[in-house]
Amino acid sequence: MAASIQDREQEIIDEFEFFPEWMEKYEHLIELGKSLPLIDDRFKTDDNIIKGCQSRVWLHSEKNENLISYSADSDAVITKGIIALMIRVLNNQPPEDIVKAELGFIDQIGLKEHLSPTRSNGLVSMVKQMKFYALAHQAKEA
Amino acid sequence: MEGATRPLDIPENISFIEAFPILKREVNGHKLVYFDNAASSQKPRQVLDAIEEYYFKEHSNVHRGVHYLSQLATDRYESARERMRKFINAKSTREIIFTKGCTDGINLVAAAFAKKHLHEGDEILITEMEHHSNIVPWQMACDDKGGKLIVANVLEDGSLDYKDLKSKLSDKTKLVSVVHISNALGTVNPVKKIVAQAKKFGAYTLVDGAQAAPHGGIDVKDIDCDFYVFSGHKMYGPTGSGILYGKESVLEGMPPYQGGGEMIKTVSFEKTTFNELPFKYEAGTPNMAAAVGLAAAADFMDDFGVGNIAQIENGLLQYATERLLEIDGLKIIGTAPEKTSVISFIVDGTHPSDIGAIIDKLGIAVRTGHHCTQPLMDKFGLPGTCRASFAAYNTFEEIDSLVAGVKRAVKMLR
Repeated sequence: MAASIQDREQEIIDEFEFFPEWMEKYEHLIELGKSLPLIDDRFKTDDNIIKGCQSRVWLHSEKNENLISYSADSDAVITKGIIALMIRVLNNQPPEDIVKAELGFIDQIGLKEHLSPTRSNGLVSMVKQMKFYALAHQAKEA
Repeated sequence: MEGATRPLDIPENISFIEAFPILKREVNGHKLVYFDNAASSQKPRQVLDAIEEYYFKEHSNVHRGVHYLSQLATDRYESARERMRKFINAKSTREIIFTKGCTDGINLVAAAFAKKHLHEGDEILITEMEHHSNIVPWQMACDDKGGKLIVANVLEDGSLDYKDLKSKLSDKTKLVSVVHISNALGTVNPVKKIVAQAKKFGAYTLVDGAQAAPHGGIDVKDIDCDFYVFSGHKMYGPTGSGILYGKESVLEGMPPYQGGGEMIKTVSFEKTTFNELPFKYEAGTPNMAAAVGLAAAADFMDDFGVGNIAQIENGLLQYATERLLEIDGLKIIGTAPEKTSVISFIVDGTHPSDIGAIIDKLGIAVRTGHHCTQPLMDKFGLPGTCRASFAAYNTFEEIDSLVAGVKRAVKMLR
């Protein structure tokens, strides 16, 4: 049984305790962003693009057995780092858990401002889209 | 510090800074460095005091009252109009319409002008460097009336391709709408020449002065355009203030825009007659406090001297350009020979929003993104830029902080 969404969130909160300073946080995010496996080129399409004023995000989802998997990319690396965290938390989880997930960890690790709608970096829309996919897959099942 | 030597501070610069209370605040544990002036400037105490005084002592509704305060508020509002007439050297206060801002002014003209003058097959000519607010209202008007939006090119250095603009003018051109100074590139356009050329084809002209107003020295009689629009909040004035200048004869010839109080002479259920200029275009209770604040901003700029403002800003632009170019892989977008204190830049191997997010943590405010000029960014093949725009309260020392911040960000990101 894979770790639950909450367990994974806690894991990230614990991990970020090693980075109390913003600069360390950002360095860690940049590292995560750079190591995020890129979305397969065939999914980097206009259909999968989420446009923000600041940066662009591509998101693709698949369902294997009863679990959803995501792959994503962004042209901005800090955004990509946050995407890596989101994917770590939501990947290979059952759709019903994804739909319910509150994802409070972003706030707890001090990156709330990046999920503010006014930033317009595509992240808010990305989270919405991740949940939407989960809902859609769930509906298909029913 | 390396590269260019920091020039000595200009004494006028110090006295200018003193007027802006917000500049003393800290952001993320650092003293604020505010380089987002092209989006909106900060407000001097003189403007804040004028607004406060208006609400403390002078407020009532304007134009219709016989009582003391209504008269006083009307006087203050109409003196603000006279002040703004003087600010752009218009002939008469009948040509000065108070608006919510530049976008409001363009929408007013696009709607009322199109209703009267735009017909199927007519063309509106704009340029590739226009802000969305000088694109979308014309698109809407063209959609409505079967007109066509024509776009003049921008050259690689960010200057207007004047030859292209000239070649796209024809007898079909009903109106040419062009930005005075580009918000994304800093390019200053030869508006007087453009207006003269447009007139040869009988086209009307609108100049979007949003970025020009903060530098002062606007002379609508000299430019000879039919319309000139700008916002107050970019020229040290309050948000929700702005001016639409229109030549009296042109405004007279257009139908009203919004209907309501103030803009009418007589109303019956059968027929309404409309008020004279400028009231014809000011339906409803106007934003008196904003008008009073805007007039105070014009006073503030003139007291300080637009020459002094220009001198400080040019010094900042020159120093910032030299210093930013020290950064490996940094490219400035917009290097037109005639430009104001706006520097748009990108750095190889980094994304503008990442640089913006990192230097924000150092208390430095720049704008990142497409600056509401998506077509222009697409032309240059960019997702956006970082834009540092300077006002006369910025300093050489702050530019050093910016350069150090960008260097730090680049090191983290690459």
